[in-house]
Amino acid sequence: MYNFEFEKPSTVADAVSALGGEDAQALGGGQTLIPTLKQRLAAPSTLVSLGGIPDMQGVCIEDDGSVAIGGATTHATVASEAAGSYPALAALAGLIGDPAVRNRGTIGGSLANNDPAACYPAGALGSGATIITNTRQIAADDFFEGLFSTALEEGEIITTVNFPVPQAASYQKFLQPASRFALVGVYLARFADGVRVAVTGASEDGVFRWSEAEEALNKEFRQDALTGLSINPANMIADLHGSKAYRAHLVSVMTKWAIEACM
Amino acid sequence: MTKVSMTVNGKTVSGDVEGRTLLSGFLRENLNLTGTHVGCDTAQCGACVVHVNGEAVKSCNMLALEADGADVGTIEGQANQDGSLNVIQQAFQDHHGLQCGFCTPGMVMSAAALLKENPRPTEVEVRKYLEGNLCRCTGYHNIVKAIMAASGQDVSSIAAE
Ligand SMILES: Cc1cc2nc3c(=O)[nH]c(=O)nc-3n(C[C@H](O)[C@H](O)[C@H](O)COP(=O)(O)OP(=O)(O)OC[C@H]3O[C@@H](n4cnc5c(N)ncnc54)[C@H](O)[C@@H]3O)c2cc1C
Ligand code: FES
Ligand code: FES
Repeated sequence: MYNFEFEKPSTVADAVSALGGEDAQALGGGQTLIPTLKQRLAAPSTLVSLGGIPDMQGVCIEDDGSVAIGGATTHATVASEAAGSYPALAALAGLIGDPAVRNRGTIGGSLANNDPAACYPAGALGSGATIITNTRQIAADDFFEGLFSTALEEGEIITTVNFPVPQAASYQKFLQPASRFALVGVYLARFADGVRVAVTGASEDGVFRWSEAEEALNKEFRQDALTGLSINPANMIADLHGSKAYRAHLVSVMTKWAIEACM
Repeated sequence: MTKVSMTVNGKTVSGDVEGRTLLSGFLRENLNLTGTHVGCDTAQCGACVVHVNGEAVKSCNMLALEADGADVGTIEGQANQDGSLNVIQQAFQDHHGLQCGFCTPGMVMSAAALLKENPRPTEVEVRKYLEGNLCRCTGYHNIVKAIMAASGQDVSSIAAE
């Protein structure tokens, strides 16, 4: 690891100004960034920890019933504090990695990183969440821009993520047991005005919505609605854990499991 | 170098560290507390698990400066006041929960964190909680058994498989 300066501001404004420095980078829980630094894949001059900002912590229920999660809230906190207000999302957080990873890793770090096999991107896209930064609000549909890439500008901080709560939702994660990430994960959310299906772990372009499945489920919410639908394996991920065809098949299976869980 | 201060196993300690100094490195190299093992250094194996403000974390994946002001617990702080093994450590000995012992500090620290939040876990809950702790020797069975025993549950029916 190359050396760097370390700062730990206590307000978003101070963090934003610290991130204005040359080659400064935000540090969430460090569960992705520290391994990256160890591999010398990044060489920031300053790391600005977001872990000391009270405004970016915790889960609360807004007046409109949506669930707002501070950008620096750990997976463990979401798993326990959102269990009553948004159980499917709390369950997703409780399945990330292992307990020690969940005690450090944060929602903001996970969304900003946009790993193609990460869980939160599916939860946010599947819920139609709004990603709130220090400068603006970004709809999940506009946020994820492909592998490890998002709409965030340099130095922009995710301060809050706002989740509308569906009538029913389920995250089905087919575990890749060595990494503990999703080999394929499907987040399905059923709102009064329609169904959203978000898929992670499968595509070379990162998380995506399976719109054909959404249309079919909007007509008829049952597993059979997917009959005849399939995912084109062409731009699925292929690695030693699973071929393109295997992942494409898993997307249908995980979606069916999610439908079952929402019945 | 930046000065960092924290409480480790009840004692106030401080030292000069670089931005990149890991908590595992601070504990092992500055404080000579080498009970915290570093197995993988990539956040996979859990040999380095310590408690930070009561929560289990992988100390190879946390900066020492992030623990400034924190209350840190390591395996060296687990024994009873009189130096005898605590109930979890004793159960590991009684149930043969270790062979080479490399994973054991992390296993004991994870077990302690688990039993604090869930004093009587089921076997499935123990196995789930240990997902981030790898052991190359025991096959886990006796580790799980030791933790169940440490929680005061009868383990006579859990046969070695
Ligand atoms: C063993 C292991 C298993 C894991 N398993 C899973 C899994 O099953 N599913 C899963 O989804 N993830 C998994 N992860 C990843 C984990 O969830 C990370 O916590 C997460 O991807 C990154 O969050 P972080 O807070 O640790 O961010 P960091 O590692 O600190 O940062 C990641 C990136 O996000 C940026 N960043 C951090 N916070 C913010 C913010 N608030 N605003 C803007 N940018 C920010 C950083 O600058 C950096 O570029 C695993 C990690 C490990 C080590
Ligand atoms: S040494 Fe920290 S997890 Fe392996
Ligand atoms: S006892 Fe050897 S690694 Fe666990």
